[in-house]
Amino acid sequence: MVEITLPKNSRIKQGKTWPKPEGATNLREYKIYRWSPDDGENPRIDTYYVDMDDCGPMVLDALLWIKNKIDPTLTLRRSCREGICGSCAMNIDGTNTLACTKGADDISGAVKVYPLPHMPVVKDLVPDLTVPYAQLSSIQPWLQTVSPEPAKEWRQSHEDRAKLDGLYECILCFCCQTSCPSYWWNGERYLGPAVLLQAYRWLIDSRDEATGERLDNLEDPFRLYRCHTIMNCTQACPKGLNPAKAIAEIKKMMVERRV
Amino acid sequence: MSKSTATHATQRNRPLSPHLQVYRLIPTMLMSIMHRITGGALYFGMLLIAWWLIAASTSEEWFANAQWILGSWVGILVLIGFSWALFFHLLGGLRHLLWDTGYAMEKHTATMLARATMAGSFILTALLWGVISFVAA
Repeated sequence: MVEITLPKNSRIKQGKTWPKPEGATNLREYKIYRWSPDDGENPRIDTYYVDMDDCGPMVLDALLWIKNKIDPTLTLRRSCREGICGSCAMNIDGTNTLACTKGADDISGAVKVYPLPHMPVVKDLVPDLTVPYAQLSSIQPWLQTVSPEPAKEWRQSHEDRAKLDGLYECILCFCCQTSCPSYWWNGERYLGPAVLLQAYRWLIDSRDEATGERLDNLEDPFRLYRCHTIMNCTQACPKGLNPAKAIAEIKKMMVERRV
Repeated sequence: MSKSTATHATQRNRPLSPHLQVYRLIPTMLMSIMHRITGGALYFGMLLIAWWLIAASTSEEWFANAQWILGSWVGILVLIGFSWALFFHLLGGLRHLLWDTGYAMEKHTATMLARATMAGSFILTALLWGVISFVAA
């Protein structure tokens, strides 16, 4: 269901403004979403000032600078710091992206940082991704075959391999998943762009032999057809992939198998 | 993950992260919302047409009343809004038809198409009312 406002326990309160680092001349303002499960308070926005002469260029650099130098309680996920693990996905400057590949220079004014939208918050910038992970496992993202297993590997032509380009690169950061208003309103039943892109990745894999069953599993008013081509997914993807197009291709496969 | 009572209590209290409140309104998203709003507005537009036709088939007096209301500046404003909603929804429908075939879905192409829909709806409305005022004059 469409919800314009946040539930009572989720409304954001005025937070704390942390003191500016002493002697710094090149300051950048960061406004960051904070919530702790330990104090029973509502979420709040804290304001920090980062000394850019002492900090790397990416938003992740600044978040870690704050954690190291100002407020060690700031909580976030991160691992590879180079856009391949997908851990530091969050809402920065009004759009979902990876903190490690988003340059602070691309943003004008204060840098606003929130967790991925419309998700239960575990703490600060850490969302609970249990539901999208369960949805991913529901599409069985692995090779399924009935033919006898070949002695060596499952062979694939160059042309068929090329069909996986733009799909296999997905790092499952869920930037697209949580950018989708349709997923916000129907996240329990609609599989969402990230999971559907994965579904398509197996649907067009020439080696996979479960295409029919996979399509049967998606043939549902909610699982697939809650996509209304809003296009937020494609606009958000930090890897430049196109989940909206993958979903359109699945819808086409649904029609093609009937005619 | 531990399933103790404490964990359950925390999970219940977890806030929902902000969504519409913080997401930047980008052209494609705005067009999607407007497509729905104009779609809803067209229902009322159809009621308006039905009312006008019923008035025409009822009596000369009723029809004259309907014509007077629609010809007033408020009436004309409503009709301009109705025709704009119609063009907007029509162009949006064509855009969705194109997207359903899998074409023009690349990030920047999609944004350009969304902007074109908006501009097109204004241009077509202006043209229509240009023609109407030319014919009326």
